[in-house]
Amino acid sequence: MIIGALLGEGWEAMRANRMRTLLTMLGMVFGVGAVIMMLAIGQGAQLMVNESIASMGSNLFIVLSGSTSSGGLRQGSGTVPTLTLADAQAISELPEIAAVAPSFPNNAQLIYASNNWSTQVSGTTPAFLEVREWPVISGEAFSDNDVRSATRVLLMGQTVVRNLFGDENPVGKTVRVKNSPFLVLGILASKGQSLDGRDQDDTVFVPITTAQRQLFGNQFPGMVRFIMVKAKSAEVMERAERSMNELLKVRHRIRPGQEDDFSVRNLTAVAQAAAGTTKAMSTMLGAIASVSLLVGGIGIMNIMLVSVTERTREIGIRMAIGARKRDILLQFLFEAVMISLAGSFIGVVVGIACAYFFSRFNDALVVVTLSSVLLAFGVAVAVGVFFGFYPARKAADLKPIEALRFQ
Amino acid sequence: MERPLISVSGLSKYYLENMPVLKDVNFNIESGEFVAIMGHSGSGKSTLMNILGCLDTATDGHYYLEGRDTAALNSDELALLRNRLIGFVFQGFNLLPRSSILDNIGLPLLYAGKSKAERREKASIMLERVGLAQFGDRRPNQLSGGQQQRVAIARALVTDPKLILADEPTGNLDTQTGEDIMKIFQTLNEDQNITIILVTHEPDIAAHAKRLIRVVDGKIATDQPS
Repeated sequence: MIIGALLGEGWEAMRANRMRTLLTMLGMVFGVGAVIMMLAIGQGAQLMVNESIASMGSNLFIVLSGSTSSGGLRQGSGTVPTLTLADAQAISELPEIAAVAPSFPNNAQLIYASNNWSTQVSGTTPAFLEVREWPVISGEAFSDNDVRSATRVLLMGQTVVRNLFGDENPVGKTVRVKNSPFLVLGILASKGQSLDGRDQDDTVFVPITTAQRQLFGNQFPGMVRFIMVKAKSAEVMERAERSMNELLKVRHRIRPGQEDDFSVRNLTAVAQAAAGTTKAMSTMLGAIASVSLLVGGIGIMNIMLVSVTERTREIGIRMAIGARKRDILLQFLFEAVMISLAGSFIGVVVGIACAYFFSRFNDALVVVTLSSVLLAFGVAVAVGVFFGFYPARKAADLKPIEALRFQ
Repeated sequence: MERPLISVSGLSKYYLENMPVLKDVNFNIESGEFVAIMGHSGSGKSTLMNILGCLDTATDGHYYLEGRDTAALNSDELALLRNRLIGFVFQGFNLLPRSSILDNIGLPLLYAGKSKAERREKASIMLERVGLAQFGDRRPNQLSGGQQQRVAIARALVTDPKLILADEPTGNLDTQTGEDIMKIFQTLNEDQNITIILVTHEPDIAAHAKRLIRVVDGKIATDQPS
C-alpha cells in the first residue's frame, strides 16, 4: 500500500516539473531509440543472409574442376574439363551423399513470340531440384528419361517468365533457345537474391544431355562444369568432403604429391561464415548504441542529484512527519525508474519509426523483434535503478534536522 | 505515580567541543501539560526542541519519551515515534508547496501506511476542525499565513498524537492571527488533553501556557507555573 503511495509521490514530482522531466527523458529516448534501430538494422541484415542461405539449400558442396598446369602455364579453376557425368554418378554412390546434380551452364538467347531474353541455361539432372531444395510451382519437372533421351524441355525461373511471358502462363508453350524449339515443362518457385546478390530466378534448366549435345556442343563427351552435392546431414559434412576427395583422387589418378585437378568446396560453411559476420556486425551496432543508454542514465543521475538538493527541505519535512529512510529512498528511486520507463517507451516508438524510415529510404531490410524491444526496455529500467540509486540514497541519508534547516 | 511523558536528565548538546549549546538539562513533562520554553535566540531552546522532537540527538544524557530511551532507537524507530506520537508545528509552516492542502494534511498517514481514501477522509475531518473545509484542493501558497499555520496544525493532529511541538508557531504571523492560533492550542490542550510544548521568545505568547521554562545559555534558568 505504501509502495503505491510512494509511486504516486514520485509521479506527482514528475508532473510538477514537466520540463525537467522531459529533458531528462530525452537521454533515455535517444538511447533506447538508437538501440532499437541498430538492432533492427543488424537483425534485418542477418535475416537477409539467412534467407539467402536457406535459398541456397543446406549441407551443400560444390565440386569444381581444378587448375592444372601444362608446360608451366597454370590455368584457372574450372578451365580444365576433368569432371564428368561418371564422376557425378560415382559421388552419388557414396554413403554420406543424399543427392548429386552435375551442371553444365551457359548463356543463350530465349525467344517467345516477339519477346527475347538472354539468360543462363543450365543443363542438369532432376536431382538438382532436391539439392537446391527448389520446388516446381507450376507444371512439372523433367525426368531422368528426359535426361537419357536428351529431350528439348526446360524449367523456367520466375525472372525469365516475367520477361518472356509477362502475365501469360508459359507451361506447355514453346520457346526457342538458340533457334531450337523447347517445351516449357514447369515454372520454379522464386529464390530471390543469392549471397553475392545475383538474381537466382534469372535462369532456365534443361536436361544436361540436351545442353551438352544439342545446345552448346562439347569437345569432351560427358564433361560437366561443376557438380552440386548435398550431404545427408550437417553431421556427415566433414566425412563426405573427405570421401569425395579420396574418390576423385582415385578416379582422376592423382599421384601423391601431385596437385588435385578438382576442388571440393563446402558452400554451407561459407554461408555460415557470412552469417557469423553479420551477427558480429549487429552485435557491435547494439553495443555502440548501448553507450548512449549509459549516457542517458548518467543524465538521469545528474538531474536526480539536482532534484535531491533542490528538495532537501521537502525531504526534511517528510522525515519530520514520519518518513523512514526507506520511504525517501523508494520515492526517489521510483521517480528515476518512472522517468527511464517513460523515456524508454517513447524511445521504443521513436526507434521503430526511425527503423521504418531507414528501410524506406535505404532499401534495406529491418526487423524489430519483441526480444530487442524487451532488451532495450529492460536495460533502460536497470539503468534507471542503477543511476537513480545514488541520488536516492543521498536523499535518504540526510539527517532530518539538517534537511529541515536547509535553505 | 504515572510515568512522565517526557523525562530529560543530564542532557547536553555540543556542536563543537567546549561550546555546549545545552548543558546538563533536567526536567519532566507530564501528559496533558502545556509548557512554554522561552529564551533569547542562541539560548539553545530550538536545539532542545529538536531533541524533544527526535529530529536531533543529544551528545550526553538521557531523553526518555514514554519511558523509552531515545538514544537506543534507530532512525526507523525514531521515524515511527515522530509519526505516531508527535505532531510538529513550525514557524515557517513547512507545507509541501506542490501538494494540495488535503494531501499535505494526509501525508503523515501515508507514512503510517493508510490508504488514499482513508487519508483523504481523515484529512477532511481535520481541515474542517481548523475551519478551512472549503480550501482542501488549493495549494499552500494560495492561503494566508494564518490559514497555512492552521493547515500545519491539522497535519500535526491527523495521526492523533499525544504531543504537539510548536516551534515559534506565531513568529511569522501578525498579533491577532497569532492569538487565534494560540487559542487553537489552548483548546486542544484543555479539551483533548494533548500535551503541548511551545518554543517562543514572546512573553505574550508564552502566557498562554500553564508552565514556563526559561533557557539561558544552554541551561534551565527557571521552571515555574505561569
